[in-house]
This record gives sequence, structure tokens and C-alpha cells, in this order.
Amino acid sequence: MFVTRKAEFSASHVCRIPSLDDAANRELFGEEANPNGHGHNYILEVTVEGDPDPVTGMVIDLKELKDLLEREIVEPMDHRFLNHEVPPFDRVVPTAPNIAREIWHRLQPRLNSSRTALSRVRLFETADLYVDITRE
Amino acid sequence: MTTLTRRYRFSASHRLHSHALSDAENAELYGKCNNPFGHGHDYVLEVTAAGEIDEETGLLLPVAELDRLVQSEILPLFSHRNMNLDVPQFARLVPTTENVALVIAELLQERWKLRPRLHRVHVQETDRNGFEVLAGAPQNESSLDRQRESVTLNA
Repeated sequence: MFVTRKAEFSASHVCRIPSLDDAANRELFGEEANPNGHGHNYILEVTVEGDPDPVTGMVIDLKELKDLLEREIVEPMDHRFLNHEVPPFDRVVPTAPNIAREIWHRLQPRLNSSRTALSRVRLFETADLYVDITRE
Repeated sequence: MTTLTRRYRFSASHRLHSHALSDAENAELYGKCNNPFGHGHDYVLEVTAAGEIDEETGLLLPVAELDRLVQSEILPLFSHRNMNLDVPQFARLVPTTENVALVIAELLQERWKLRPRLHRVHVQETDRNGFEVLAGAPQNESSLDRQRESVTLNA
């Protein structure tokens, strides 16, 4: 069974590779490369897989999942300039796939237990673009 | 697995009417969707690519290239068109959204030159009805084959 919890954070970023010039960055990232950055309202959906506990009837305590997302993702990233304030994005380009992967790495060890596993991270950068990272 | 999904929108009209059925059978089967002059929807198309994140750029694919492909090869075929009359694939094939998704998946697959593979095509007909094709899945290939057969048989 799959349980999904949603969280939101707003952050700014710029997608540039320092060793490339302006034209090459623009070719690669388009407007995302504008040097002073810009922001998005990121929407995160985290899906946990597991069987309901026979006593509680729950796959995972949603309060704990909510607190985990708040502590590991929202608090560090919300209203931040990712490149300047949220490692590893001082050296890793904060593209949507890389942000989704960082979120996966932050959550996976904390959600994998004998009964549960992180199944999917879905990150909407805009309403028209999202990245999924899944177990398989 | 890592995937990237991009959403596009197009508005189009269609009429559900099978040439293999009588007028009465069509009216019974499709109800309002069989009304003779057709009707339209604001379709939402999701195209999903699956692959590896490029370690240097952090990109799964250059989104602008996917946009160019869909905006030049797919959307003009459907946008503000009457699918039954304007889209050759539906001259005989019923433009159910199942078939719209299959046709789009096939068109994309034929033209796909991006490094990550085409993974999925999802077409949302209304907020309540969504249809999805997994590219390369065995049932997808067989249903595409069946569609081609039915086009041939009806032609």
C-alpha cells in the first residue's frame, strides 16, 4: 500500500555551470540560467510503501511524516536561495532532477524500516514540469 | 528510476462514432459523445522521459528539446482541430482518448531522438478522465498493433 504526503516550499535558484560561458549556460538551461536567479513554488509529494500496522491500522504515522518533511526539507529550503544557502547546491546545479535526488537522499534512510520504504519522490518545479524518483 | 514529466495543453473536438456499429448502436454506446456535430475538450498531455541524471549538467534531458518536439510535431496536429476530420489517424479510428494517447505515443516514439527514453504518455480529457500509455510495455505494443489492424480492416 502507498501513502502520499504533500509539502510545499518556495525557493530561488539559478542553473549555471561556472566553467561555461553565458551563451553555453543559456543554451543548456534557457532562462533558468539568468545570473541573478529566480524562484519557484516547489510542490513535493512523498510516497511511502508498506503494510498497515495490525494495531494502529497505519502504514506510517502521518504526523511523523509531516514533521520529517518539515525538518529535513521545508525548514532548510523554504524561502532560501538554494545555490547560496542549501548545500550541496553550492557545488551541485539545483536543477529539478538534482533537487529531487537530494530530497530522496535526505528522506530515504529515515523512511526505510522493516515495515516501510520510500517509494517515490515527486517534485513539481512548476505546474507543467515535475520529476519522479522511484525505487525501481 | 528517474523520470521527468512535462505537461502540455491542447483544445480539440471529437465525435465518438464507430463505423463498425449502426447509428443506434453508436448512440447507445457513446451517448452524448456520439452527438453528430461533435464536442470539445481542453486536453492535458503529459510526456514522461526516463533516464539518468547527467552528472555535469544535473539535467535528465534538455526540456527545451522536448518542448520543440512536442510543440512542432504533436500539438499542431491536434490544437484547435476537429480530430475526426482534421487528424488523418482518426479518419477511421474512433478518437477516444485511449486512441488519442496511443496515437501520440506512436508519433512521439517514431520521432524520439532524445537520450532518455520515452516512458509514458498520459492524456487527461477532463479533470475526471485520464488515459495512460506506457511506452515499450508489451500490452502497449500489442494494443498499438491491434489499432493498426483495425485501421486496416476498416479502411
